[in-house]
Amino acid sequence: MKKYWRSIEELEEDSTIEKSPEREFPTEVTAGGNMDLPGTTTTRRDFLKMLGFGIGFVTFAASCENPINKAIPYLIKPETIIPGNANYYASTFFDGNDYCSIVVKTREGHPIKIEGNELCSITSGGTNARVQASVLSLYDSFRIKNPLKSRLESTWEEVDGDIVAKLDEIAGKGEKIVILSSSVISPSTQSIFTDFIRKYPTTEVIYYDSISASGMIEANQQNFGQPFLPSYRFDKARLIVSFGADFLGNWLSPVEYTKQYSKTRKISKANPVMSRHIQFESTLTLTGSNADYRIPVNPSQEAGTILNLYNGIAQKAGKATINAPASTINMDSLVDELWASKGRSLVVSGSNDVNIQLVVNDLNHMLGNYGKTLDINKPAYTKQGIDSQMEHLVERMGKGEVGALLMYNVNPAYDYQNSGAFSESLSKTQLSISFSETLNETAKLATYVCPDCHYLESWNDSQPKKGVYSLTQPVINKLFNTRQAQESLMIWSATGNRADTGEPTSETVAKEDAYYTYIKDYWRSVLFPKQEKYILFSEFWDNALQAGVFTVDQAVDTFNLNNSQDVAGYTRVSLDACVSQLEPPEAGERDIEFTLYESIGLGDGRQANNPWLQELPDPVSKVCWDNYLAVSKTFADKNRLKLGDIVIVNDLFELPVLIQAGQADNTVSIALGYGRSSAGKVADGLGQNAFRLVQTKGTRLYSGHNINLVPTGVNYIFALTQTHHTLHGRNHVHTALLKDYKENPSSGNEAHLLAEEKKQSLYGEREFKGHHWALAIDLNLCTGCSACVIACQAENNVAVIGRDEVRKKRIMHWIRIDRYYAEKAEDPEVFFQPVMCQQCDNAPCENVCPVEATQNSKEGLNDMIYNRCIGTRYCMNNCPYRVRRFNWFEYANNDKFDYNMNSTLGKMVLNPDVVVRSRGVAEKCSFCIQRIQEKKLGAKLENRELKDGEIKPACLQSCPANAIVFGDRNMQDSEISKAFANERNYFLLEEVNTQPSVGYLTKIRNTESNKHET
Amino acid sequence: MYNTKVRGVLVEGNKSYADITRDIIEPIESKVPDWWKYAFIISIGALLFGVWASYITISEGIGTWGLNNSVAWGWGIINFVWWIGIGHAGTAFSIFLLIVRQKWRTSINRAAEAMTVFAVLCAGLFPLIHMGRIWMAFYIMPYPNTRGPIWVNFNSPLFWDVVAISTYLMASAVFWYVGMIPDFATIRDKTASKIRKAIYGFLSFGWVGSARGWLRFEALAMILGGLTAPLVISVHSIVAMDFATSVMPGWHTTVFPPYFVIGAIFSGFSMVLTLMIIIRTVYKYQSYVTDSHINAIAKILVFISLIMGTAYSTEIFIAWYSGSEYEYYTFFNNRISGDYTIAFYGMIICNAIIPQLFWFKKIRKNIILVFIISLFVNLGMWFERYVIVVTSLSKDYLPSNWSTYTPTVVEIGVYVGTLGLFICGVLLFLKFIPMIAIHEVKGILKPTSNGRYHKK
Repeated sequence: MKKYWRSIEELEEDSTIEKSPEREFPTEVTAGGNMDLPGTTTTRRDFLKMLGFGIGFVTFAASCENPINKAIPYLIKPETIIPGNANYYASTFFDGNDYCSIVVKTREGHPIKIEGNELCSITSGGTNARVQASVLSLYDSFRIKNPLKSRLESTWEEVDGDIVAKLDEIAGKGEKIVILSSSVISPSTQSIFTDFIRKYPTTEVIYYDSISASGMIEANQQNFGQPFLPSYRFDKARLIVSFGADFLGNWLSPVEYTKQYSKTRKISKANPVMSRHIQFESTLTLTGSNADYRIPVNPSQEAGTILNLYNGIAQKAGKATINAPASTINMDSLVDELWASKGRSLVVSGSNDVNIQLVVNDLNHMLGNYGKTLDINKPAYTKQGIDSQMEHLVERMGKGEVGALLMYNVNPAYDYQNSGAFSESLSKTQLSISFSETLNETAKLATYVCPDCHYLESWNDSQPKKGVYSLTQPVINKLFNTRQAQESLMIWSATGNRADTGEPTSETVAKEDAYYTYIKDYWRSVLFPKQEKYILFSEFWDNALQAGVFTVDQAVDTFNLNNSQDVAGYTRVSLDACVSQLEPPEAGERDIEFTLYESIGLGDGRQANNPWLQELPDPVSKVCWDNYLAVSKTFADKNRLKLGDIVIVNDLFELPVLIQAGQADNTVSIALGYGRSSAGKVADGLGQNAFRLVQTKGTRLYSGHNINLVPTGVNYIFALTQTHHTLHGRNHVHTALLKDYKENPSSGNEAHLLAEEKKQSLYGEREFKGHHWALAIDLNLCTGCSACVIACQAENNVAVIGRDEVRKKRIMHWIRIDRYYAEKAEDPEVFFQPVMCQQCDNAPCENVCPVEATQNSKEGLNDMIYNRCIGTRYCMNNCPYRVRRFNWFEYANNDKFDYNMNSTLGKMVLNPDVVVRSRGVAEKCSFCIQRIQEKKLGAKLENRELKDGEIKPACLQSCPANAIVFGDRNMQDSEISKAFANERNYFLLEEVNTQPSVGYLTKIRNTESNKHET
Repeated sequence: MYNTKVRGVLVEGNKSYADITRDIIEPIESKVPDWWKYAFIISIGALLFGVWASYITISEGIGTWGLNNSVAWGWGIINFVWWIGIGHAGTAFSIFLLIVRQKWRTSINRAAEAMTVFAVLCAGLFPLIHMGRIWMAFYIMPYPNTRGPIWVNFNSPLFWDVVAISTYLMASAVFWYVGMIPDFATIRDKTASKIRKAIYGFLSFGWVGSARGWLRFEALAMILGGLTAPLVISVHSIVAMDFATSVMPGWHTTVFPPYFVIGAIFSGFSMVLTLMIIIRTVYKYQSYVTDSHINAIAKILVFISLIMGTAYSTEIFIAWYSGSEYEYYTFFNNRISGDYTIAFYGMIICNAIIPQLFWFKKIRKNIILVFIISLFVNLGMWFERYVIVVTSLSKDYLPSNWSTYTPTVVEIGVYVGTLGLFICGVLLFLKFIPMIAIHEVKGILKPTSNGRYHKK
């Protein structure tokens, strides 16, 4: 065998090199190199090992302190969830006050945004601020996390055992069990109530609405024999006369009505017609702000005005007049106009007084509006409460006649006019159960609290109107150990499986999703037969679930718009009795009257603990975080009150005064929904509870008199986002009269034509190849409802900064609604103008930034590079629109701003596509660039052109009035190109040559010289 | 006794060269007086207040200031411009007067330059502290970096500011220091203390006073002067551009650069006056800083005051003449009348009206009155910056966003801190540096008469 060798040494036998491979690397070298260190056996290798270990360990130990980001991969990846892609689920929002069909956007399994559902025939894709904000209420840390027994945490088993035993006992003794609930529009829930009654026959269901429509329901009962609310068709009305009904803001179904209303206000050269809207009201509401004519009247005058109007119409109709007080308001021209628009008009009243509603019903009847603008064949179910029942209940409870009280979605300890009496009588019931999600004023008093799930964790169905059904589906697993109220009732009445359907249901499914199965079964047995489109129930169900809505065809058929006949079944009620019951306005020295109203942000106060809503400026008064006593200027002058003066109201509470333009003299107004004492850390102690002023006269009345004010001499500083209320003669809102518009479509827009004519520059105009994004706002459609403000806040992770910071004029909203008054303070014209970043092509903010943190994109967007910004705020100073916002503090992870960005729970609402800005950087509207990118990429993946209208910024998506148009200016025939070519289009501050990408369409007022005034 | 034909006697009191050296080195050689100690403690207190305020600002955020979404610049920028203005004194004094060979500057220029350096240091702090993210301040420096192709914005006046101010600070510091070299050598040669000898010896760069040394020294002074002179114009022109290049009514004004430069010299000269009156009284330097010096500065002030008045009237006239309703509103409804009348009339009275008293020789001769008027001018110039910054921002284009501004204690703290820093700097200057340029004063002592300038 040949010998192969690697080196001469190897070849030579006597080489010193070691043969064995272990000896190849000699190890006997010690720490001291060749020299052995005395007294140590540590070799150099050991030393290196120890050194390595030491360094390694120290590094490891030091790195233990690093924040650990939890990123748990899916063990089994759900088919539908792709990280980074949003999932949308159709659902329904109904909190007992607002109804809205919605689409919930979820990212990585948690809901982050509410969008309107365009498939819904009622809300048609519109939302309002409260619906938009409801997603944040899901992540409220104040929600109850476990069932409570005597306010101590308990388990469902224990609570269920106790309750069933007590219910059995109470029912066994034949004592009354009452389910006190807000209006329930869910057919399945009502069916569950029925099941419960079957188990416990002594049970009675009483509906109680904090904002009651009892007056209308009872009036309809008298006129039509049925307690119901009709469907209003503002879209069919050419003349709308509203007496204190804030139908664009809060009244019954504001989203629906805004949709309808905006249809009648959309005006074009081809079709230069729009409805005329006349509003009589005490305080300046959102609806009144949009009216063509607004006449401030006291609540007592309001009734008289309706009666006078009635008499005018009755004379025309040849019917008997009624006894009406003399009115200072000349109604003749209004009467003529109403009579001329017979069948195309609509008279509504926000009053909850049966007598007034009877007169209004008769007015509408004389005007032939039933079957045209009022649909009684399609009743709305969103309000069902009859006030006298609740009053009676409290009485009976006080006498100890009620054994058990189950409270679902109600909070009478807060919003009942005599909450003290309610609380006291509640203690006389043997068993009180609350299904409240949070430990609110009422839940605190209940023996058992069985926390309901948030609606985004729940299954439900609803029927807001006859024939219109929608589904609510859970979009996230239960965050806490909560259980749907329906499920609790099912368990207590032992109807886990519906026996009558005969469908075999798996035990486990029934156990886990009992209510889901129940709804499905209900739909299978009740709704599935009502349609013919689908043969298989599963197909029907999947489609209904996907669309979120289901409309029964027959119901639509029964509604005939062309039917000009009197609605059958209308029974005229003698109005003389009504009139005698109406309180006549006192002659001479009147005492101070009041009205109570829902604020746009808080409504009846259900979501008071929602910081977004608390920080939403009231669209009219621009106050955040507080309610106040709105007084007229004359009243304030007379009583030497100024803005912020605190007065004691009827010895009940102290409120600061706000001088409200357009407020009826001698009438004060207070927003409801504030003054919560147990709503959570955000809401507690903000404002005062005005429900305590609610009057009862058969129905709950939200207005009255006998207000006594005592000034305290203390002044309060409001968190106001706008402190200058007029345009100071400036031309920021272009406006024209309808008659002028008909003659000249660019009427009122002369300044724009002048600016176009004078436009010249030393520099060439920038060209935009490819896209050129732009947005247009029709000021004639925008009602100022502020849904866009909250939508933007949710979409773009806009921080909440709290009352003190708002006082310092640092609100972070990227879109704001500027509100201007014109003319007299007693009776102003009101203009709303939403302002967001105008994405100027020649942006003043860009050239002043020293570090190029804001730059113009190739697509005409004014991009903001947050991590480049060093916070010189030069851009903010140089923005003539003042739309740039600055992170004055660290708003996230800061205990001083303990809102939604300071806890893991609250941060779940954040949109992962939008960065949370750090302290010291400027921020602003980006036209929802993340949405633009998403759709652009989507189109690219599908290898197609982007479609017009495909991209919807959050503000546009939420708008119930369709006032916003967005698109590509470079695209021929796009909606935005048409809007920009419109004669009404102008740009804000175009004389500064900023070349904005946001157009405004002039506001048209349907007024002429003939004013319906004194 | 040096006697120029126009100025008359510049150094009074029959001083000899030795007298001058002794007089001027005396404060360095002797113990600090009690008033110095108290003033120093107070200024350190003020400085610490500023350190606290800056700490709060940097650790919590700009939200601790009174700024808001509309008025995003406030005291920070007002004080920045104010200090920069004051910082124009020294250079304007030394350099302009050096170039036009005005000998009377010699007894004042050292202190004026010191003032410049400290004032510019104070000014430079504001743009830093008012930044939202001070830890990212280096983004403003144009240098090749690893952050991608992002570069600074050469269009932004704020960037020009950075360049202009840092250049100005460096140039004026070098000019100041170079001017001190022969004097350091004088102290080195005079002092008995070994420590001082070592320190001043080091600082004097081995100056021996050779003819060649003097030749080069004079040439360098002229070159540095020539280089720095345009900076005096550019720095405040650029600060003016911060406002003038914007679109805000009240800022968008072409007259701003000259108006700002003149205003800066105005405030600088009045600060020199304030300081020199104190120094000459406290250190009994009336022989060097004579009444005729005061008289000359007062005359300059009255002239600049007229220019200021003209600038103010021009602004108001143009606001009306331009036909811009926004400009009109800012000037007529938010300055001449409205919320900010105190600042506006304070500015007009202090800057354009009170200095007119200097037309009267009696007033120019009354040192106390001159001192008081100089304080008024400093105050007036502060008001001017307040008027410009705040009134324009508070009520601009859209009335919906109009708001008012009041500073917080933190903001005021930062300002007080810079006052502390400035006074502290001046006090150290008075103690450790010859406050009058010994060699320059000696240079003008050359005889034109029979006066004796060497000791027997």
